[in-house]
Amino acid sequence: MKVLVPIKRVVDYNVKIRVKPDQTGVDLANVKMSMNPFDEIGVEEAIRLKEKGVATEVIAVSIGPQEAQETIRTALAMGADRGILVKVDHEVEPLTVAKILARIAKAESPQLIILGKQAIDDDSNQTGQMLAQLLGWAQGTFASKVVVEGDTVDVTREVDGGLQTVRLKLPAIVTTDLRLNEPRYASLPNIMKAKKKPIDAKAASDYGVDPAPRLKVLKTTEPPKRKGGVKVKTVQELVDKLKNEAGVI
Amino acid sequence: MAVLLIAEHDNKSLKDSTAKAMTAAQALGGPVDILVAGQDAKPAADAAAKIAGAGKVLLADDAQYGHQLAENMAALIVELAGKYDAVLSPASTNGKNFMPRVAAALDVPQISEIVSVDGPDTFTRPIYAGNAMQQVQAPAGKKIITVRTTAFKAAETTGSASVESVSAAKGPGVSEFVGEELSKSERPELASAKVVISGGRGMQSGENFHLLEKVADRLKAAVGASRAAVDAGFVPNDYQVGQTGKVVAPELYIAVGISGAIQHLAGMKDSKVIVAINKDEEAPIFQVADYGLVADLFKAVPELEEELKKQGY
Repeated sequence: MKVLVPIKRVVDYNVKIRVKPDQTGVDLANVKMSMNPFDEIGVEEAIRLKEKGVATEVIAVSIGPQEAQETIRTALAMGADRGILVKVDHEVEPLTVAKILARIAKAESPQLIILGKQAIDDDSNQTGQMLAQLLGWAQGTFASKVVVEGDTVDVTREVDGGLQTVRLKLPAIVTTDLRLNEPRYASLPNIMKAKKKPIDAKAASDYGVDPAPRLKVLKTTEPPKRKGGVKVKTVQELVDKLKNEAGVI
Repeated sequence: MAVLLIAEHDNKSLKDSTAKAMTAAQALGGPVDILVAGQDAKPAADAAAKIAGAGKVLLADDAQYGHQLAENMAALIVELAGKYDAVLSPASTNGKNFMPRVAAALDVPQISEIVSVDGPDTFTRPIYAGNAMQQVQAPAGKKIITVRTTAFKAAETTGSASVESVSAAKGPGVSEFVGEELSKSERPELASAKVVISGGRGMQSGENFHLLEKVADRLKAAVGASRAAVDAGFVPNDYQVGQTGKVVAPELYIAVGISGAIQHLAGMKDSKVIVAINKDEEAPIFQVADYGLVADLFKAVPELEEELKKQGY
């Protein structure tokens, strides 16, 4: 079976972002970009399914600027077989991404689509679920374990109270949580090999989807700052302050 | 603007996040109905009826909603959404699971994890793990919104709305519940606890978390952890406080052996009082702590427990 792994190019998770002084957004000039960490986990899971003989082909898809091709190359170096780049030069909303992915899914007929549970830039946590709805498929979100068995997949999910396991009919959508796996580093020979793997270049119009955002961003601001307080010297002083000054115990 | 609020519950009882999301729902200006979808969920529906501001409570009681499977929940909500201008849900793992399906079915963008209602169609939400706030305006059409409930005060429970049964929708039948493994704890839940004590990588092992548990028992606190501690395998992921875990805002948050990575701060910086115990006085956590104690946690935490015990906690 084919596995599709949508991936997003985002600000590297180690970068401390800066809000533009004119409140028009976040300053992305000369900032290190990487694959969204949750998507990396998705790529790793797909490759492991291939190594186990469950998956036959892993296709990495990215919707974004030309530079997202580098992100696809990273996935190819990890072990994905080929890539699709849908070029869009501005922010793309989750529903738009889901619509494009739905069209790709119809053309490629994967049995499984594995996405990150959220992108660490817009923190929306929507695309996988929206894609599942558009395709009429089942979804296993926030996955910490994925077991394909015949024509179903069992997904163990990280939920508020602990873990929940659901059985989904294939084809299905999985979104990844942190503990699903630890993504591998690409080896140098694999990075070289990845340069020869094919990447299809597409546009949103190829899929009949209008990529224009529908939410209007009015402003982007710094979060309210919290001021540091005082240092206490002893545990006794701490308990005294919590009891008599702050009144929280 | 008629609003449908999706209740967060475990069939037997209603979660506090529902009353908090009610405050956000009411800020939209208009009558608010609450949907309780579950199995044998009458007790949860009765509790929802007491939330002040509820017009009526819709109870969809059916086996297919017992575990809030997203496919079935979305089908139900989409069917009911016709009469409403906005649908809100707490941004719990349930709400995050089914709401985007509702938005996609209705072909509208979803607005995730709002922290304020700035106007009937204007909302603020955190992005980049809370390092920036974005104010967005929704287009005309239905509004599908999840609410970061720690940002809203709970509505009073002085109401007495009527409970009305609604019939189940036809689910797509593509998913089934297999089992669950819920963390059993006598302690309060992280999301609603008044006091939270969390450990980080500085705890060095999972066993050492019992030091925190002893303090937690004195203060009736929930125990949490940083992502570093979860990644290191000390504790399960449902302990995780942070942008990729739970967002908490208790009266008192005690961070022990936590350096204060941005991703952790995003999950707890709205706490009323923050205490940091860390041996590294340069740790960024001290920049947000109201009270900082530079000390070896393996000495300070047992001392804290002892001191609390001495004072009768």
